[in-house]
Amino acid sequence: MYTIELATRLADRVYEYWIRAPQVAQHARAGQFLIVRLHKKGERIPLTISAVRGDAVRVIFMAVGKTTEELATLGAGDSISDVVGPLGKPSEIENYGTCCVIGGGVGIASTPLIAKELKEAGNHVIGIIGARSADLLILEDEMREICDELYITTDDGSKGVHGFAADVLKKLLEERKIDRVWIIGPAIMMKVTSGATVPYGVKTYVSLNPIMVDGTGMCGSCRVTVGGETKFACVDGPEFDAHQVDFNELMQRQRIYTTQEKESLERFAEHRCRCGEGGHHHE
Amino acid sequence: MSDRPVDVRIKDFREVDCGLSSAEAVAEAERCLQCKKPLCVTGCPVCIDIPAFIREIAESNFSAAARALKEQNMLPAICGRVCPQETQCEGVCILGNKETPIRIGALERFVADWGRENDPSLPETAKPTGKRVAVVGSGPAGLTAAAELARAGHAVTIFESLHEAGGVLTYGIPAFRLPKDVVKAEVEQVLALGARLKKNHLVGRSVGVDELLGYDAVFLATGAGLPAFMGIPGENKNGVYSANEFLTRVNLMHAEAFPEFDTPVLHGARVAVIGGGNVAMDSARVARRLGAKVSLIYRRGEEEMPARKAEVLHAKEEGIEFFTCTNPTQILGEQCVTGIECVKMSLCGLDASGRPSPEPIEGSEFTLDVDMAIQAIGTSPNPLLVSLIPGLERGWKGNVVVDENGRTSIPHVYAGGDIATGAATVIEAMGSAKRAAAAIDAMLKGE
Repeated sequence: MYTIELATRLADRVYEYWIRAPQVAQHARAGQFLIVRLHKKGERIPLTISAVRGDAVRVIFMAVGKTTEELATLGAGDSISDVVGPLGKPSEIENYGTCCVIGGGVGIASTPLIAKELKEAGNHVIGIIGARSADLLILEDEMREICDELYITTDDGSKGVHGFAADVLKKLLEERKIDRVWIIGPAIMMKVTSGATVPYGVKTYVSLNPIMVDGTGMCGSCRVTVGGETKFACVDGPEFDAHQVDFNELMQRQRIYTTQEKESLERFAEHRCRCGEGGHHHE
Repeated sequence: MSDRPVDVRIKDFREVDCGLSSAEAVAEAERCLQCKKPLCVTGCPVCIDIPAFIREIAESNFSAAARALKEQNMLPAICGRVCPQETQCEGVCILGNKETPIRIGALERFVADWGRENDPSLPETAKPTGKRVAVVGSGPAGLTAAAELARAGHAVTIFESLHEAGGVLTYGIPAFRLPKDVVKAEVEQVLALGARLKKNHLVGRSVGVDELLGYDAVFLATGAGLPAFMGIPGENKNGVYSANEFLTRVNLMHAEAFPEFDTPVLHGARVAVIGGGNVAMDSARVARRLGAKVSLIYRRGEEEMPARKAEVLHAKEEGIEFFTCTNPTQILGEQCVTGIECVKMSLCGLDASGRPSPEPIEGSEFTLDVDMAIQAIGTSPNPLLVSLIPGLERGWKGNVVVDENGRTSIPHVYAGGDIATGAATVIEAMGSAKRAAAAIDAMLKGE
């Protein structure tokens, strides 16, 4: 069993958990993820490793499906049946010069570790974090501390630049030399944003989030097409060269279980109503 | 011994083969000639003293039979169910020349099941040696090596990346062939010998290679987990599975019980399974139990199928439609599978494997309307860990190169099972693990 040491609500439906998992914490690097299974009837879901402190790892998730909704009902002191990781290849960190690390929505969770390791490698690090609105923006202070420059965007203009991360990125690319770009967010956001670097030929990494089961290269559920070849995101990725990724196929495969996901979520919501279980015990 | 009726068994995941009653077991055991030079033992990859345990059954000494069995094999209830006895012990039984060979597999299963219920005694273990051994993977090879080395007094730690032990026994073989409580019980027996199990530990990621190589000996049993895809157009469409994924969702994650269990699996109305091995039969029969009409597509003839005859028969009984000498060329559909395009094959000449070489027949293309396709065309050694160990020699198929005792190119690192041999049977994995364990034990004792 793996204990949740700290559980905080960061924004509407967005939660930050610190989970004690020494074997993950001791080996975790930027860009890697872990898989959790809440209990013996649970499914295995991947979550990005967002930070490490001692024997604990931080995950940040949005409660959108049955498992994340259920995870959100837990609090500090509660336990999770299984945590395995770190999984996937670490980000390719080197001293490239100037790097841009972009997070969209809950994808911002991945950015501090990447930005931190890039900074430690000697890069000038520019952060761009974007959300639909100011109240959904997470990790601003943390990213401001790590990055040399930080830009904020909101879709509704409630904070920072009114628009998308891609807009800021385009402007930066016009103004100066950017050597590497990382983009982490929803598939559609990564597709659109990475399009901005194509004309400049800037190597751009995206962190793909297909459906996974084992996360160790055994099942092929997470297969993605990169540069015309089939790759397993869990072991060959999760980061890939954005300009080679078939995003449309990724988005298509993310929808395989839409019907079942809905059914499972509705069943869970009904169950919670019946049990009169309302709020959760977050700080 | 009998199989459960088809119309009942295709509605659940309970075991198909009901096993022997004690009276049937005794009667079967009494047929054994107790050969002075028993061929059956030579046919057994783990060298079980078969006549000895059969003699005890014939005399109704089931406890003694169970103990005799466990001396050589800590996974007897598993082997009794999934070994291809017809090509091993039973295949060489002298009675087979005139009548039917002794049903050694059924007797092994009977005794193992009886022992599990009535006599949980374990073989003796030697005094602790103070030596530490890491076993990577808890499938048949890992469990066997762990049991042997724990009995020899070594401190064994088994690392398993999944949340359950058993490897392919847990995620791969369906419960109707190998009930999961049987696997759990035999895993528990190995642990009762003193081996420690660390689940959720992916060696190479959660456990560093330096830490691994710091053990006095290492046994790599990471299996052949990497699924092959055919490389035909359309195979990333929604509704195309590797057999590994499809079986894992059901066997390990219990997707058949969705939404009670959280993991979903698609329930195709018409499912194509591609392949002719045991994994293809398992996939077809699981899909059948999820309510599908199933077509099995194999590029050679039925005679050439690598699956056990009994499994082919079970699949046919359950209504699986066979398309032999047929090869898929394309999976059709927009985003989801709507069909599979195939071509008939003719068998001519012999290929490198000594089997008839299938060649497409021009103009024989046809389409099967299916909404799901499962590729069960084989797996290859899992590259994740072995590619991270510096100096570990690997063959062209990605397997770890070993000698007959499982020694690798690194002195205190051994390997066995599918990671060394490529995809093979449970019992072959166990046999190679047993030989490696003996070599590890000798090395650790400085012999």
